[in-house]
Amino acid sequence: MKKTIRKILGGKAMTYAMVIIVFVIMEALLHGGMISSSLAGQLVPICAYICMAIALNLTVGILGELSLGHAGFMSVGAFTGVVVVIALQGAVPSGIVRFILAIIIGGIMAALTGVLVGIPVLRLQGDYLAIVTLAFGEIIKNILNNIYLGVDGSGLHFSMKDTASLGMQGGTVIINGPMGAVGIPKLSTFVAGFILILIVLTVTLNLIQSRTGRAVMAIRDNRIAAESTGIDITRYKLTAFVISAALAGMAGALYALNYSTIVPKKFDFNTSILILVFVVLGGIGNIRGGIIAAAVLTILPELLRSMNDYRMLIYAIVLILVMLGTNNPQLRRILGSIFGRKHAEPVEGGKSNE
Amino acid sequence: MSDNNVKSRERTKMVPLPSDSIVPERDVHKRPVLEAKHLGIDFGGLTAVDEFNLAIGPTEIAGLIGPNGAGKTRVFNLLTKVYKPTRGTILLNGVDTANMNTVQVNKAGIARTFQNIRLFSDLTVEDNVKIGLHNQIRYSTAAGILRLPTFFKKEKEFHEKAMDLLGIFDMQYMANVKAGALPYGAQRRLEIVRALATNPSLLLLDEPAAGMNPSETAELMENITKIRDTFQIAVMLIEHDMNLVMGICEGIAVLNYGRIIAKGTPSEIQNNPEVIEAYLGKQKEA
Repeated sequence: MKKTIRKILGGKAMTYAMVIIVFVIMEALLHGGMISSSLAGQLVPICAYICMAIALNLTVGILGELSLGHAGFMSVGAFTGVVVVIALQGAVPSGIVRFILAIIIGGIMAALTGVLVGIPVLRLQGDYLAIVTLAFGEIIKNILNNIYLGVDGSGLHFSMKDTASLGMQGGTVIINGPMGAVGIPKLSTFVAGFILILIVLTVTLNLIQSRTGRAVMAIRDNRIAAESTGIDITRYKLTAFVISAALAGMAGALYALNYSTIVPKKFDFNTSILILVFVVLGGIGNIRGGIIAAAVLTILPELLRSMNDYRMLIYAIVLILVMLGTNNPQLRRILGSIFGRKHAEPVEGGKSNE
Repeated sequence: MSDNNVKSRERTKMVPLPSDSIVPERDVHKRPVLEAKHLGIDFGGLTAVDEFNLAIGPTEIAGLIGPNGAGKTRVFNLLTKVYKPTRGTILLNGVDTANMNTVQVNKAGIARTFQNIRLFSDLTVEDNVKIGLHNQIRYSTAAGILRLPTFFKKEKEFHEKAMDLLGIFDMQYMANVKAGALPYGAQRRLEIVRALATNPSLLLLDEPAAGMNPSETAELMENITKIRDTFQIAVMLIEHDMNLVMGICEGIAVLNYGRIIAKGTPSEIQNNPEVIEAYLGKQKEA
């Protein structure tokens, strides 16, 4: 029985425990007023970035395909979420319900975009897929730059030209082209962000340890063998990619509802790369590592604020040192022995110690 | 080519079919598991495989031999649709596989191993077998993510079935080891287990004894026969180890330059002058 419990939880328990403990500490510090206001303001974005890191890890680490356009899915979720929250202001007075709806619908819209992008794109491999996802991120940004959306008594109004052509009687403009969305009610909270992390984490870890997850990892490890074993490549690639997109969309909605204004330019190539840095730094395929990297790298610029001009320089140096450090065999061995991480040892016919 | 191994075994009586192939006598009234007719593939102007005609009985152990570069692995790739044949038909249990891709061919009943081992090396031995069982035991992605009761029930089934299959080669104790960390011989055996997990009616083994020592090869020969007997499936193998081929294969086809130059029982093949020439070259005329 104990063995089955260990098997179900696996290394997962550690990850959940880490997230929950850090949340409790932060929440306590927050109530004790021991966190600077600039750091407190970063808490929700950190949660959103952690979700993004987990979501992208699903594509990069588990599916094994490089996506350079995940900020695109984030923005789809972000703007959908904002529209939902503002458009339903009259119909659904409860902020929490609207927030939950925004997250869900944001996720669904991002998933639909994921299907649209995934069907043609996932037939490509390696560098080609990376380049097309990069282009996709830019396309999303440019489309959002040209969307004008407003709501009045008669419903939603949509235009690709300007606000005047929306033809609204009163009402509010939700998305104003390159000016982005304005007047967003701040519905995101640290607690909501924490819950979303737990959801995203559960979905991802459960997926990995299931029939579908094994199929996805089989494709990653050896495509030809997976095909010969009867694994439908396109189907499982698409499944993983769409789930990853949906999680990114949810993270986007959380992120957007933390600010009063949000512009499409926020979700550009740089953001996609930033998220990829979290994943690479945390170790590709290592969910826990990605979470830590996302948190540390978002807080770091805040902590270095006193360094003024040098802060981005130090940030870059830290990045390089961590990369070098984590790839150093000696250091890895030392860390491994401290944390008791077991590595698979070659078995030479004798009894394994497992 | 030593005859010792051959004599020690009970010989199967082989019977000719109308299609110029031979099958074991016990299989003659059953539909062949595989019938390849006029199979061929061209790459540009180069004909890599041509006029490949072969029938395999549903419980036959068949051998495909030939010098290096004769096109043996290519035939496997044609049968499993890794390459699309240019000409000819492949009937699998009587069903034409013309419109099938690799995945569908596997679901229809052909499983294979690879000459250069292709395991899911980052995953455990058990997971490799579970991936083989993918189409045998099913539950939805949602059931997996939400951890519905079906998930636990089916995962239990996955585990038990995987352990059973690993038992064929007594590999249960390696279940939690990463496949990439296994020694070479165990990797080859794991590939066979994974292929068997897909519940095939024809198992294609591409050089199963490569890199094995004589005692491992002898054990492998026992196991291939055992697999055929327990699962009642056909096995077709490519192999350079003549002791193995002559020892367990009932019908043998010899390939040279992409064409079958001889078909027959092990003893017929051993004495076929064309085969000897393909392997050793033509005798200089005195």
